[in-house]
Amino acid sequence: MTVWVEIDLCDGCRRCLQACPYDALELKDDKATIGDRCTYCGACIAVCRNNAIQTDAKPRQVPDFSDHQGIWVFAEQHDGQVHRVSMELLGKARELSQTLNQEVAALLLGHRVADQAATLFEHGADKIYLADHEALGAYRTLAYASVMAELVHTYRPNILLMGATVNGRDLAPRVSRRVGAGLTADCTALSIDPDEGILLQTRPAFGGNVMATIANRYSRPQMATVRPGVMEVCPSSGRQGTLVTHRPLLDEAQIGTELLERIKQAKTACSLPEAKTIVSIGRGIGDVSGLDVLRPLAKALGAEIAGTRVAVEQGWIPPENQIGQTGLTVRPDLYIACGISGAIQHRAGMMDARFIVAINKDPRAPIFQVADWGIVGDLYDVVPEVTRQLLEMQSSRGLTCAPEGT
Amino acid sequence: MDIIVLIKQVPNTTAVKLDPKTGNLIREGIASIINPDDRHAIETAVQLKETHGAKITVVTMGPLQAIDALSEAMGMGADKAVLLSDRAFAGADTWATSYTLGRAAQTIGAYDLVLAGRQAIDGDTAQVGPQVAEFLGIPQVTCVAAIEALAADHLVVRRNVADGYERIRCRLPALLTVVSAINTPRYPEMKGLLLACREKAPIEIWNAADIGVTTADIGLQGSLTHVIKTFAPKTERQAEMLTGDTPTVAGELVQRLHSQKLV
Repeated sequence: MTVWVEIDLCDGCRRCLQACPYDALELKDDKATIGDRCTYCGACIAVCRNNAIQTDAKPRQVPDFSDHQGIWVFAEQHDGQVHRVSMELLGKARELSQTLNQEVAALLLGHRVADQAATLFEHGADKIYLADHEALGAYRTLAYASVMAELVHTYRPNILLMGATVNGRDLAPRVSRRVGAGLTADCTALSIDPDEGILLQTRPAFGGNVMATIANRYSRPQMATVRPGVMEVCPSSGRQGTLVTHRPLLDEAQIGTELLERIKQAKTACSLPEAKTIVSIGRGIGDVSGLDVLRPLAKALGAEIAGTRVAVEQGWIPPENQIGQTGLTVRPDLYIACGISGAIQHRAGMMDARFIVAINKDPRAPIFQVADWGIVGDLYDVVPEVTRQLLEMQSSRGLTCAPEGT
Repeated sequence: MDIIVLIKQVPNTTAVKLDPKTGNLIREGIASIINPDDRHAIETAVQLKETHGAKITVVTMGPLQAIDALSEAMGMGADKAVLLSDRAFAGADTWATSYTLGRAAQTIGAYDLVLAGRQAIDGDTAQVGPQVAEFLGIPQVTCVAAIEALAADHLVVRRNVADGYERIRCRLPALLTVVSAINTPRYPEMKGLLLACREKAPIEIWNAADIGVTTADIGLQGSLTHVIKTFAPKTERQAEMLTGDTPTVAGELVQRLHSQKLV
């Protein structure tokens, strides 16, 4: 397959140069020429007014996928408890189902996990496919992939969503390869294209410097892993649905891995993804004594303490409290960034907080572009004063510390 | 033992920006590097070679300049390298890439272990490793932070998970994706770099015909996902800057937080 320029038809207008996402065209002697970077994407062909760019490629047929119905969510669970991201995905699936008019189903795999069905129905599932088997007790790639593939082959869903958790990102590509479906990773937005009715999957790339919207036209199910902490949970108490039991065929010889031990690492009782308020620290703290100034603020707000990659590298906070592209994504009601410059890798993890406050000495720090309220100043002056005034306000209202549920 | 290491040459993404006029990536002046997680994968292979004896083949799919990544890998201790370079490979998503790399592994022939970094800093998908493993029909362990034991037919690894780690016994041959916690990659040695640059260096360049694939299955044509558009991330907030002396700004902030029922 190839793409070429008919020199006689080219008038050197340069539209093709501008349209090319790969920088593959240039003008030589006032005629367009196609270089090595060309990927045959066809963007230049679409914009040439003279039909000077031609190809011998046949347009790809979009198959008829009308027999693929249903929006599925993998209900990831650990030790018999459904992971929060599964609820977030069910919330999103419900929203997609309004547009597509297709039912939402949850896939529940594990051992002795049937009691989780009620909460999955309440969070948006119309149906649950339950595969309960001893070999599924702990997550193992090939055991779970094999059951997921069986379910996909049998029931033919249109869309399959999974949380972009450690296990989700281990399982999804394996399933995608097995069932022959395109997969998009770590999506932060999902919508239905009004013309084609397909899932538009938006995700960050290049470390968050670029957003890309991706579609899967030529295979089913349309698979995506979705970043935890981004979609909203939509519980509806008392909601019920249908439970379908699936008896998996599992062969230990084919699974190939054995979980010898799981070691939980001692960490401070911290639940950043659920935290309503987060106080976060960055390089501007200077040294660990900055925590002496931030802890009283966090206590007054009932907040969890988190930080950037720099804060972890300096040893000021443990690694599991890192917010950002290589750490956690959080969506608190209030995020207070102290001494954080706001590099894109960090912003990727907190941009969707309801309200953001930034305190930084540098007025040009990028964090101010994503903040609702910004203070240019020394956090060692500002934070203690904010804490003092907060406590004053709280005591005048008869509260000694942040009320329950703040 | 025979080890294949899958690597990728990537732009140093901390510096990548979009041209606001065209919406395209500005590539000039951005250094190309071995994807950081892949350097850890190379180091893992080299350490296994030092302790257990192994032959290491490094494989990458990319334009001709990706040869530099392979030279660096040989400088670190890889024995052979294969560059998969063909215009027909271009525009590949992870499906087509994993097919191409998988076919290369099958063409190389014998392997006991396939190593890769967990994810690339440009695509950020972490999908190619597991998709190659499925294509090859071998077990996988992702997020490997340590190899604790190695035998002829299995190994024991430590896998990092959200709240700690797992110890997993995995049959060989297998594919592992490694995370940065696993080791500190060495710098390439001059001796190795010079060997990689000789005329008879064990670096081969393969095209689609060399791995027996058709254009329909590779590159953009063979992809199952396609980019509809790219754009710069938008932020909608307009920072209201609070000004004044410290007690004033603190007071203004507390008042705003209170009016939004945040405190």
